[in-house]
Amino acid sequence: MRIPGEDFMTKQVLVIEDEPNIAEAISFILSREGWKVSIHSSGTTAVQAVHDVSPDVLILDVMLPGKSGYDILQDLRSSDATRALPVLMLTARGQKTDRELAQRLGVNRFMTKPFSNTEMLSNLRELVGG
Amino acid sequence: MPQSRLTGSRIRERRLVLGLKQASLAKSVGISAAYLNLIEHNRRRVGDALLDVIAQELKTDPSVLAEGAEAALLGALSEADKRIPDAQAELEKSEDFAGRFPGWASLVMAQNQRIHELEQMVEALSDRLTHDPELAASLHEVISAVTAIRSTAAILSGGGEVDQEWQDRFLRNMRDEGMRLSTAAQGLVEFLDAGASEDVVPIGPSEELATFLDQNDHYFPVLENPTAWETGVRDQAIGQVIAGDDALTSREAQDMARQFLERYIADAQAMPEEEFNAARNVLNWDPTALAQKFGQALPAVMRRIAFLPTTSQTVSAGVVSCDGAGALELRRTLPGFPLPRFGAACPYWPLFQALSQPERPVRAVVRHPGGARRRFVCQAICVQKDAPSFDRPAAFEAYMLIRELNDTLDDEALVHATPTEVGSSCRVCPRTDCAARREATILSAGSPL
Repeated sequence: MRIPGEDFMTKQVLVIEDEPNIAEAISFILSREGWKVSIHSSGTTAVQAVHDVSPDVLILDVMLPGKSGYDILQDLRSSDATRALPVLMLTARGQKTDRELAQRLGVNRFMTKPFSNTEMLSNLRELVGG
Repeated sequence: MPQSRLTGSRIRERRLVLGLKQASLAKSVGISAAYLNLIEHNRRRVGDALLDVIAQELKTDPSVLAEGAEAALLGALSEADKRIPDAQAELEKSEDFAGRFPGWASLVMAQNQRIHELEQMVEALSDRLTHDPELAASLHEVISAVTAIRSTAAILSGGGEVDQEWQDRFLRNMRDEGMRLSTAAQGLVEFLDAGASEDVVPIGPSEELATFLDQNDHYFPVLENPTAWETGVRDQAIGQVIAGDDALTSREAQDMARQFLERYIADAQAMPEEEFNAARNVLNWDPTALAQKFGQALPAVMRRIAFLPTTSQTVSAGVVSCDGAGALELRRTLPGFPLPRFGAACPYWPLFQALSQPERPVRAVVRHPGGARRRFVCQAICVQKDAPSFDRPAAFEAYMLIRELNDTLDDEALVHATPTEVGSSCRVCPRTDCAARREATILSAGSPL
């Protein structure tokens, strides 16, 4: 199936999200806007996926099987290769404490579910300086 | 008998309640109406003997006239003042108020008590909302479905190019997510409705213990220190842990906590933390191998595996136990594997399979409905709690260690095993074709699994 916009891919985004329909919607939206999109659904192997894909920006869910988004973020920030990787975190919990925890761990943007597609795109463009 | 200066006021109040004239009461007790008038206006102290006679005539206890419910009332008025200090109640006039208007003062006391009870209830409900794994899982379902629907709907209605094949696909996704949302939302509402009618205050000793253990994550570093195991120090160490926690308010709960912590220390002595942590990693979290290494029974090893914090980024474990009747006792939760806080659990858990075959280890890969459909390895064992006896029936208990299936730790057969479909409890399980169902689900029929 052809995804509109896939011919003018520019930046690479990795989406770590275990809900298949959310991942599919995100993938479509970003592909249509010209992003090259990879999807990964496991928390356990997420850090390895980041190293494999080397994305320009990461969209990271918090509640993932095997390992939480917070733990993944912590791992990424402790590695030289991924310390500066822009990360947009998605979570169903938008409480102040969750936001503060994410900020302490070094998140770049924090969005609560359900989110606006436009806002997500806008955040991603800002993160890669587009 | 000690009297407050408002004894006279209470005599007057009581007399009026009974509809007696001042002169009539004075005559009955053998004093003049003028003298009684002085007493009733607190201008004369009434002697103990006269007070006894007056009380008898007024059909009440002398102490009620002398002290009344005043002490309790004054305490309650003071408490009410502290609760809402902005009201600027005239605290110095409390005694006067309580004496002159005991009915109104009692009303203030009752309302203050009611506020206290309601605050406790709100706190308990709030705690339940925060920590109930079933509720958290349901809310996550709702938010995930809403997120998928919102993003997909925005794509379809956004005006951008979406070819027919993608349109069809997104419509299917939206239909599925709509069903999922409907199921989860309906279940949530009914679950909360049911919960609101339950008497959650007080929560009882078992709940207090569960809260205490959850707050400490079932881990007590101070009791891992060998100095805390020494005779004479042990009781003191346990006492300090209990005293330092505000969840254990009742004596029964404190006794239960003491028993738990005594067993905790026994486990810690038999399987010291550092040594056990190292072995846990080397032996791939295998309870049977750990049991053999430390010469301990499986239930103790399972507790140790689940209670000790792990340095591993990928592996953690929960543990649950039940008695011979299947009532859950110990609950160390693991994210993604909800353990019911109230009521009975799913009979398909390996825990209950083990209960029917004592001393035989049972292992199975299981999966819960909905969500991310994670697979868990459950290892269970049933053991006899008491010493064997010809004189009484045996008391059994079963333990189940819960861990997420892990490609590194688990062998190929397990990784590729067909999972047993389980739930948390019947109330919140959507499986409609379950032979073991004991009560109707609060989720609607036909929900997507």
